[in-house]
Amino acid sequence: MTPRDAQKLVESIPYAKSLGIEARLMGDDFFLVLPYTDSNIGNPALPALHGGVVGGFMEVCAMAELKRRSLELGDPHAKFAKTIGINVDYLRRGKPVETYARADIFKEGSRVANVRVRAWQEREDKPIAALSGHFLLPRADDK
Amino acid sequence: MSALVERLWELGPTMVEGTPHAQKIGMKFVAVDKGRATLSLPYNTALIGDPATRVVAGGAVTTLLDQASGLAAIAGFDALGPVATLSLRIDYQRPAKPGETIIAEAICYKVTRNVAFVRAVAHDGDEEDPVATAQSCFMVTGKQYTVEETYKAGDKT
Repeated sequence: MTPRDAQKLVESIPYAKSLGIEARLMGDDFFLVLPYTDSNIGNPALPALHGGVVGGFMEVCAMAELKRRSLELGDPHAKFAKTIGINVDYLRRGKPVETYARADIFKEGSRVANVRVRAWQEREDKPIAALSGHFLLPRADDK
Repeated sequence: MSALVERLWELGPTMVEGTPHAQKIGMKFVAVDKGRATLSLPYNTALIGDPATRVVAGGAVTTLLDQASGLAAIAGFDALGPVATLSLRIDYQRPAKPGETIIAEAICYKVTRNVAFVRAVAHDGDEEDPVATAQSCFMVTGKQYTVEETYKAGDKT
């Protein structure tokens, strides 16, 4: 997969495109960037990013990582996984700056994958939010 | 109707539709009551999560549930003030139907001095057939104003 393919993968999700999410692929390191836009604000008084944007961004990150993994493993028709459940912890205020997210597949079974995502801004060791989720993996015979 | 609920009806639409990101995705205020809030999200192709199925992205449902739960949390306290999400858990029961408006109904079932506990359900018409259910905690992040103070201070919440 090339950095361009990674970007196309993310842009194929209309929701990701409307948030302005970008993909970065350097070697095997894959992470997403959420550029700052005024329309991603949830609390204009602080100001702070909308919790839903940060949660949605991390969910997109998990789904993109799962699909990337399937493509890398040689399934050219890989589909997106479906979210079963997510748990988001909000750790710090999302400042009006660029935000990053990286997913880690903790466990991948035949039907379900457990994925953890970290979102950060200035420093990766100071996350603003963390997601833990279960995703239903598509099967080849799924319509 | 109590003075607090009356004030929530006055401020509610602005609190939702005046939130930049809620406005961007087209979220609408529907109703508010003591510790309760109902919002809606009309179908919009820009919110599609999987182009193969045209189902709205989980992230958009997350945002709707977060906003509705936050408003229910604000409405759960006896004074009005800002809150921030501490944790949000969402379980997806089924994909939302493409083309349908999604409705989120949130209930704040407990508040302590600084924390509100909320559960919410998202559905597309039939509450008995939910799209997703959520459980969340919110924390008070700023000064809370009595109803009388909000009239004096302007719309600070």
